[in-house]
Amino acid sequence: MGVGIQVDQLNAWFGKTQALYDINMKVEANHATAVIGPSGCGKSTFVRCLNRMHETIPEAHASGGVKIGDVDVYNGSSAVQIRRRIGMVFQKPNPFPTMSIYDNVAAGLKLNGFTDRKRLDEIVERSLKLSALWEEVKDTLRKKSGASLSGGQQQRLCIARALAVEPQVLLMDEPCSALDPISTGKIEELIFQLKEHFTIVIVTHNMQQASRVAEFTGFFLLGKLIEFDKTEKIFTTPSDKRTEDYITGRFG
Amino acid sequence: MRTRFQQGLDELRTRLLRMGGLAEQAVDRACQAYIDRDLARCHLVLEGESVINSTEREIDELAFDLLAMQQPMAVDLRFILAVTKINADLERVGDQAVNIAERVMDMVELPAAELPVDIARMAAAVSAMVRRSLESFIEGKAELAQAVLEMDNVIDRMRDEAFILLVKTMNDRPPVTRQALDALLVARNLERVADHATNIAEDVIFWVRGADVRHNVGQELRSQEQVSEQR
Repeated sequence: MGVGIQVDQLNAWFGKTQALYDINMKVEANHATAVIGPSGCGKSTFVRCLNRMHETIPEAHASGGVKIGDVDVYNGSSAVQIRRRIGMVFQKPNPFPTMSIYDNVAAGLKLNGFTDRKRLDEIVERSLKLSALWEEVKDTLRKKSGASLSGGQQQRLCIARALAVEPQVLLMDEPCSALDPISTGKIEELIFQLKEHFTIVIVTHNMQQASRVAEFTGFFLLGKLIEFDKTEKIFTTPSDKRTEDYITGRFG
Repeated sequence: MRTRFQQGLDELRTRLLRMGGLAEQAVDRACQAYIDRDLARCHLVLEGESVINSTEREIDELAFDLLAMQQPMAVDLRFILAVTKINADLERVGDQAVNIAERVMDMVELPAAELPVDIARMAAAVSAMVRRSLESFIEGKAELAQAVLEMDNVIDRMRDEAFILLVKTMNDRPPVTRQALDALLVARNLERVADHATNIAEDVIFWVRGADVRHNVGQELRSQEQVSEQR
């Protein structure tokens, strides 16, 4: 099951340049939360702070509190432990090109020393079913490489890979921006189903997508969280003029 | 800034204002025709109906295109939804004007009769409601729209009063029953025009404030807020 995320006074920097300012947000468990805003507003930095990927960039650092369920992300936990709890899917599908479909999904578990082959088979099948790819690849699991799949299938393979390690939270950074409308539709449908098992945070430039898949939406501007509310409120009657100006295309 | 979208919204606003002008003119002409027993004005109202109907279709088409092609959000989405609903109300206002004109055409065939109702006063009040509801749309002011909502009860009372007096007239003076019935129907048509003006005002409030105040829900919410504030 997914867990909630509590963000308190989160600040982030790239060297001396501050990218996030005092972000507070409560992400509901087993819901999808969309993060929107113009380019450079800090939305990707925000989600990368949730699983401590931000600090992998030289001179980048963050302060403040992030709790994933009961686990304090920035206090007393290692980055590796945190990333096991939080799966991440990126803009461009990035399957391991030389690995088979099966090995792509099993990669995380194998890296963690998982050796029970029967259990591994079960997890690979379950993950591919959860990511709605199983029916399309079940006959070529070990024969085809991940790179031989279409863009939309590759992205669902990456989702399966992320799900295989049984995370509690799934972060998606513009997961459909490189996909055609049909593949996008499949991923959006998938997000809806995955909410039963995981908490999802999705960064998107596509406001229609945010309104279709997320129950909650946060609008970022210049590193600040301007407004965070139920999605229908944000897209019909936002409280802040800046949110309204952005979503109606008056700037950004 | 989405220039083409803004141009589309401006065009929608302009066309709705034209539609409002046509509907308002139809009601004014029909009422004046009643007061002056003027057949020529009745014909103008009947002829104007087709223009109102075609304008209604044009506005709906443009709104539909904007919804499909531009995926409007927030205030823009509320604006387009409000325009489509106001558009339908204005078309119905035009229909009520036609109904009034048809009553007048019937009355003109009959001897003139003194009736105990002031249709001219009611018509003036209803015209003012339509005009103010359209002003609230033009200026995007919810306060003006709120004032229109408060006028609706006055018109309802005028209609009730006309009903009582005209039924009494029918009982007391059977030879003028048909004239009294025509006047009664005109009063009812005017009351319905006022209802459409009320709908328009509610749609303006929805557009401007994002609040649904139909069926007095907004007023109930406001009273609840006042009660909790007093506590």
